[in-house]
Amino acid sequence: MSTRTAGLGALALAALALLALVPRLGNAYYLALAISLLQYTVLATAWGLFSGPTRYVSLATTAFFGVGAYTVAVLGEILPWPLVLLIAAALGAIVAAIVGLSTLRLSGVYFVIFTFGLTELIRQLVVWFEVNKSRVLGRYVFVNITQADIYWQLLALTAAVFLLGWLIARSRLGFALRVIGEDETVAKHCGINTTFAKVALFTISATIMTLVGAIMAPRWTYIEPSIAFNSMISFQVLIMALLGGAHRLWGPVLGAVPLTLLFELLSARFPNTFTIILGCIFLLIVYMLPRGVAGLFEKLSTTSAGKTTQRVAT
Amino acid sequence: MSASSMAPVEAPREDNMTTFLTRRAALLAAATCAATIGLAAIAEAQTSIKIGYAISRTGPNTGGAAVTTIPNYELWVKEVNAAGGIKLGDKRVPIEVVHYDDRSNAEEAVRALERLINQDKVDFILPPWGTGLNLAVGPTLNREGYPHLAATAVTDRAPELAKRWPNSFWLLGTSADAAKSLVELLNKLRDEKKIGDTVAMVSIADGFGIDLSGAARPALTNAKFKLAYDKTYPIGTQDLAPIINEIKALNPDVFIAFSYPPDTLALTEQSRIAGLNPKVFYTGVGTAFPLYKQKFGKNTEGVMGIGGWSGDSPAIKDYLARHKASAANGAEPDRWASAVTYASLQMLQQAIERVGKVDRAAVIKDLQTGTFDTVIGKVQLENNMPTRYWWVGQWQDGEFYGIAPAGNEGARQAIVPKPAWVAP
Repeated sequence: MSTRTAGLGALALAALALLALVPRLGNAYYLALAISLLQYTVLATAWGLFSGPTRYVSLATTAFFGVGAYTVAVLGEILPWPLVLLIAAALGAIVAAIVGLSTLRLSGVYFVIFTFGLTELIRQLVVWFEVNKSRVLGRYVFVNITQADIYWQLLALTAAVFLLGWLIARSRLGFALRVIGEDETVAKHCGINTTFAKVALFTISATIMTLVGAIMAPRWTYIEPSIAFNSMISFQVLIMALLGGAHRLWGPVLGAVPLTLLFELLSARFPNTFTIILGCIFLLIVYMLPRGVAGLFEKLSTTSAGKTTQRVAT
Repeated sequence: MSASSMAPVEAPREDNMTTFLTRRAALLAAATCAATIGLAAIAEAQTSIKIGYAISRTGPNTGGAAVTTIPNYELWVKEVNAAGGIKLGDKRVPIEVVHYDDRSNAEEAVRALERLINQDKVDFILPPWGTGLNLAVGPTLNREGYPHLAATAVTDRAPELAKRWPNSFWLLGTSADAAKSLVELLNKLRDEKKIGDTVAMVSIADGFGIDLSGAARPALTNAKFKLAYDKTYPIGTQDLAPIINEIKALNPDVFIAFSYPPDTLALTEQSRIAGLNPKVFYTGVGTAFPLYKQKFGKNTEGVMGIGGWSGDSPAIKDYLARHKASAANGAEPDRWASAVTYASLQMLQQAIERVGKVDRAAVIKDLQTGTFDTVIGKVQLENNMPTRYWWVGQWQDGEFYGIAPAGNEGARQAIVPKPAWVAP
């Protein structure tokens, strides 16, 4: 087992080193595509970190992403970059902790609707503040950060997310969450502090999403609430994680990569019928792959395993 | 649509391999050819000028892009190609178009431009619609050295942006100028004893409304106008009746709304219903749209709004006729940014033709220094911005004429007081 882990670790490091060379290709288009791939990989994986084991469907991705982007819009030109990222992460964590404490007692569709509303709530608060207090709407971010810098930061964050996910899955927290996901009442009876476990993971996942927003913000120069709080992000991340399979750490990647490439292909080849084709694909995913690509892999491996045991039995 | 090879994304592996091999073979062949034939191959290459753009065909920007930008891009391409194309040296080459949908999304707009530049290898790029998206694509166009003729962006940072990105041209001016012109007009009307000094102002809580009301507020106070009402309303406000009723109770001389198209229509309709008919009635974006005329007909008479054009100029009349003939179901252009957008395309064409080849740096230089003959008259830029703008227009007899700044050629006299609303 430990040799396998070491092997996987070595493989991951090699992949990381290889991916770090992408900006050296010198093609801005591929770099942009790679940034997009990493962005959605991190977001979907972070989404899966919380929603996978607990089975809470969250539409708050945009809210945290936007908080990160707006932190950069406000502080990006004033403070040094690492400090801006740190503040963004802290803000994301605080918001997530408050939201988590007050809402994770909700479950099912109530939670979904609340998280969707949260995005709108934060967006309206930002608008209200900008309109009535700072009297500017739409801020400019002129920071000295190149596309390659954005890419490398996202790559580092990707590595961090996977490491974190891997560690959590092996910790008491990860186990507690799996129990909660199976049956929350049972978990409580086992003496698990369910609220703490849920809020902790929600906060971790949200902090990562906030960081993605902060890292991506310098790409646009101009930020206004409708750009930073674009609810499409929540839905795209959700569908990516579902396609990949949120119950596995590596599941969301299997959804994020093909779907990002698909979005890219559709918007390049079918700019006028993009949304129609997209809708049909979503329908297909939900009907054909209810447990995602990861679920499909597992099914295939269990059926082949089943066959072998059968053969042994006969 | 896109003529380029997107093979790495969609093709199965074998295809990928063949493309790769054929590409290599092609490269080899090209290299041999170039070696033997020399420069002839390069001279032959420019058989067309490839122009790309990403525009909002879906999402919240669709309305603006569909009225102001897309019909003009299409009209221009059609006209240029009908005339044989753009003149490069002593021959004409047709325009080839590659376009995408940016889905009103900044990230998508940036990526579409990177695709246009690196995959489709377009020669020139036309900008997206709206202030936000033009700012979003600014750094990319600057980095890659493409001219950026922003014809639908109003921002107070325009002079600063033009300095930061010397390839960018901000043809619609700053909101501070817009507010200043309006207040100057009001001041003149008050000096002529045509209006009093009570002003009611509402603005939408979004970039445009905040910038303009932010500039107008001090300008009005400095000019000793009495700001009796000054409130904002959020985007998507459905019921504007309470605002109009409150304002009617104050009986102001001037009503100013820095509004977006949906609320421009709603505020006008509500004012008509409530009988709010001040001496000056001014609404924001959308007043200059043909839709406004369709909806309010005779009631547009005397309504002022942002924008305007020299409706009496033969060039504008001719442009209006061509636009109507070319656009789907005979749509008319709006009376503000449409003509500026079309003029920006004429400028681009004239700059390319003067340079005589696809040399983007030289084209940018020519845009900065040259004089251009356009539908909005002779244009010469100073610090990458025009020197004249239309800031206040007024519907007079079914046409939206520019009335301020009064020094502009073709400026009409304002009709004040505004005639009473009539039953529709």
